[in-house]
Amino acid sequence: MTSSKQALAHPATSADAAPGSQPGAARGAQGRGTPPPGPDSWRSRLYRWDMKASPYAFIAPFFIFFGAFGLVPLLYTAWYSLHNVQLSGLDHQTWAGLDNYKNLLSSEFFWNALENTFTIGVISTVPQLVMALGIAHLLNYRLRGSTVWRVVMLTPYATSVAAATLVFTLLYSWDGGMINWLLHFVGVDPINWRESDWGGQFAVSSIVIWRWTGYNALIYLAAMQAIPADLYESAALDGAGRWQQFRHVTVPMLRPTILFTVVVSTIGATQVFGEPLLFGGVSGSKGGSAHQYQTLGLYMYDQGWTIGNLGKASAIAWTMFLILLIIAVINLLVTRRLRKSQ
Amino acid sequence: MRTSTRRSRRLGAIAAVAALATGLLAGCSSDPDSGSSDANNGGDAKGKTTLSVGTFGVFGYKQAGLYDEYMKQHPDISIKENVTTRTDVYWPKTLTRLQAGSGTDDIQAIEVGNITEAVQTQADKFVDLGKEVDKSQWLDWKLAQATNKDGKTIALGTDIGPMAICYRKDLFKKAGLETDRTKLAAQWKGDWAKYVDLGKQYMKKAPSGTKFVDSASSVYNAALGGESQRYYDKDGNVIWDKSTGVKKSWNAAMTVATSDMSAKLKQFDPTWDQGFAKGSFATVACPAWMMGYIQEKSGDAGKGKWDVAAAPTAANWGGSFIGVPTAGKHQKEAIALAKWLTAPEQQAKVFAKQASFPSTPAAYDTLKPATATTSYFSDAPITQIFADSAKTIPVQNFGTKDQPIGTAITDVGILQVEQKGKSPSQGWNAAKAEIKDVLGQ
Repeated sequence: MTSSKQALAHPATSADAAPGSQPGAARGAQGRGTPPPGPDSWRSRLYRWDMKASPYAFIAPFFIFFGAFGLVPLLYTAWYSLHNVQLSGLDHQTWAGLDNYKNLLSSEFFWNALENTFTIGVISTVPQLVMALGIAHLLNYRLRGSTVWRVVMLTPYATSVAAATLVFTLLYSWDGGMINWLLHFVGVDPINWRESDWGGQFAVSSIVIWRWTGYNALIYLAAMQAIPADLYESAALDGAGRWQQFRHVTVPMLRPTILFTVVVSTIGATQVFGEPLLFGGVSGSKGGSAHQYQTLGLYMYDQGWTIGNLGKASAIAWTMFLILLIIAVINLLVTRRLRKSQ
Repeated sequence: MRTSTRRSRRLGAIAAVAALATGLLAGCSSDPDSGSSDANNGGDAKGKTTLSVGTFGVFGYKQAGLYDEYMKQHPDISIKENVTTRTDVYWPKTLTRLQAGSGTDDIQAIEVGNITEAVQTQADKFVDLGKEVDKSQWLDWKLAQATNKDGKTIALGTDIGPMAICYRKDLFKKAGLETDRTKLAAQWKGDWAKYVDLGKQYMKKAPSGTKFVDSASSVYNAALGGESQRYYDKDGNVIWDKSTGVKKSWNAAMTVATSDMSAKLKQFDPTWDQGFAKGSFATVACPAWMMGYIQEKSGDAGKGKWDVAAAPTAANWGGSFIGVPTAGKHQKEAIALAKWLTAPEQQAKVFAKQASFPSTPAAYDTLKPATATTSYFSDAPITQIFADSAKTIPVQNFGTKDQPIGTAITDVGILQVEQKGKSPSQGWNAAKAEIKDVLGQ
C-alpha cells in the first residue's frame, strides 16, 4: 500500500515543481505507466512487502506474549482492584470503586510493608554493591587460577533461592543455629533472629547479599577490564598508589556500570519475595509474627492467596507498579544529572 | 586429541542437560511409571482410564498400597497422585481451577480448615456424593462438615484427628513425674489447665536442655479442638473474640508462653523437626496423624521412649475429605474410586500404615496399628485411646475464613507473646488487628 502511494506521489511533486517539463512528465509517465509483466511485478511486490512486514513479524512473538501474559493480566488486575473479589468467588464481583486503595492507604500493614521493603532494600543493596566493587577490584589483579575465583563468585547466584534460604534459616535458628553458637564465643546471648524486630530484616538481607554480590562483582570486573591499561600506567607515573588509582581511575570509568547495577538492584529490591517468604517458614507470607520483614510482595501474596482477598491484592499490585514507575523516573533524572556533570 | 576433547566436552554438556532434565522430571512425578500412564491420559490407547488424585502432604493411600490394590482389581483403571506438599499452596490453586472448570484432578482432597469454604462457595463444582454412599457410615459431625444446607454432600471424610498426648516417658521419669499412661491421663483429665499445671511441676526438675512442650500454639490448637465454640457460630457469623472456646484455649496457651515451659518452636519448621530428634521437649499434643511424624523425626533414638496418654478433653485437630469435581472427565470412575478409598476397610488399612484415624466408626473394631508404631510408642493401646476420643468429640462449626483466623491467632498473637516477650494483652490486640485485616473490615 505505502509503496504504491509513494510511486504516485513522486510524479505529482515533480509535476508541481516543473509543470510540463519533459523529465517530470517522463518520470510521471514511467511511474504511472503500465505495470511490468505479471510474475516480475508480483515478485517485486512480494519483495517490497517482505521488506516492510518481516521485521514486524519477527518482533511480533514478543508483543503477542507480552500482550497475553503481561498487558492483559495488568489490565485485568486493574479491573479487579476496583472490585470486591474473593478467591473462592471469582464470578461474584461487586463494584468497590477506590475502596480497596483507600483501605490500603489506611492499613498499618501496608505502610509497614512499604517501610520494610525500603529498609531491607537499603541494607541489602548498599553493602552488596560496595562489596562487589571491592571484590571486583581484587579479582582484577593478576591472580593464580583467576577463572576458579570467578566461577566461585558466581556459584551463590546459581543456587536456588529455596535451597539458600533453607540453609540460612538453619544457620539463623535461635536454638542450636550456627550463628548463635559462634556469637556465644564472644559472649553474646542467643538472638532470636526470626522474631526480633531487626534480626529478621538483617537475616533476609544477608541472604540477598550472599546471592547477588558475586553476580555484581563479575559485572564490575567485566567493565574494569575494558578500562585501558595506559590510564593506570600514566596514573602510576604521576605517583598514584593502588588506592588512588582505584578512586581516581577505576570508579569514574565504572560510573555507567555502577548506575546500571544500582537500577537493576533497586528494581530487584522492590520485588524481594522468595527470601523472606521461605525464611518465615510456615505461614511465611506474614513476614514474621509482627510483620517485621513482610515486604510489599509478601503482603500482596498474603492478601491474595492466603486470605483470599483478590481485590485488595490487586490494589497492592498496582500500587507496587506505580512505585516502580516513580523509581524509574527518579533513576532517569539522576542519570541525566550525572551525564550533564560529566 | 583436539576432537576428542571437544567431543568429551560436548558429551559433558549433554550429560549435564540430561541430568538437569531428569531432575526436573523427577520433581514433577514421583511415580516411576507415570510416564507411560501419562501417554494414555484420555484412556484410549490401551483402553485404560487414568484417574488423577490431587492431594497435599502425606495421605497414605500410596504408602498403604491402596492404589496398586485398586488397579489390580480394576485392570482398566490407572491411578496417579498429584501431591502438593504445602496446604497453603494447594488450596488457592485448587480453588482457581475449580472455578475455571479446568485443570482439576478427578478426585480432589480438601482439608478440614477449608471444608466450610468449599461447601459454601464451591458446592456446585462438586458431585453430590451423598447419593452414592451409605451416609450412616461416617461420624455425624464429619459428614455434617461436608454437607451444605440443601443436603448436598460434596466430599467424603477420610481421616480425622482425635487427640492424645504423646510424652517422653524417660524425661518424665527424670523429672520425677508419673509415667504410667492411665494415671497420668487421670491427673489432667477434663481441663487443659491441669495439663499446663503439670508442666510447671515438670520444669522444677526438668532434665537439662528440655522443656515441657514444643510450643504454646500446639497447646492452643489442641485445646480448641475440644471446644464446641470456635471462630464461627452456627449461622456463619464471626464470633472469635466472644467465643468461650477461644478464650479458654488462649488462656492455656498464655500460661505456657509466659512460664518458660515451652521450647518455643514453630510447628512444621525444620527446627521443630530437630527438636524431635534432639528430644528437647517432653510432650506434644498428638492427633493421630502426628504419630507417623514423630516416628519419622525422632528416629530410632526415640524408639520405646515415647508413650501415649489420653488428652485432657476429647478433641479433634485436622483431618481431610475427598470430593469429585464436576469438571473431571471420568466422573463415574472417580466416584467409584472415592467411595472405595473412604470405605471403612480401606480407612483401616491407611491407619495400619500411617496411623491416620478413620472417620468411619465401623472400622474401629478392626483397627490394627502397625507393630512398628506400637512398639515405638511403648505398646500403648493407641487404637483404644483414639477411638474413645473420636466418639466423644463435640460438633464444631467452621467458617469460610477459619484457616486464616487460626493462623492469625497462633502465628501472630501467640508467637509474639512466646518469642518476642510481648504481654498477653498485646498479643491479643495484635491478633485482633490481623483478623480485622483478614476479614477485610
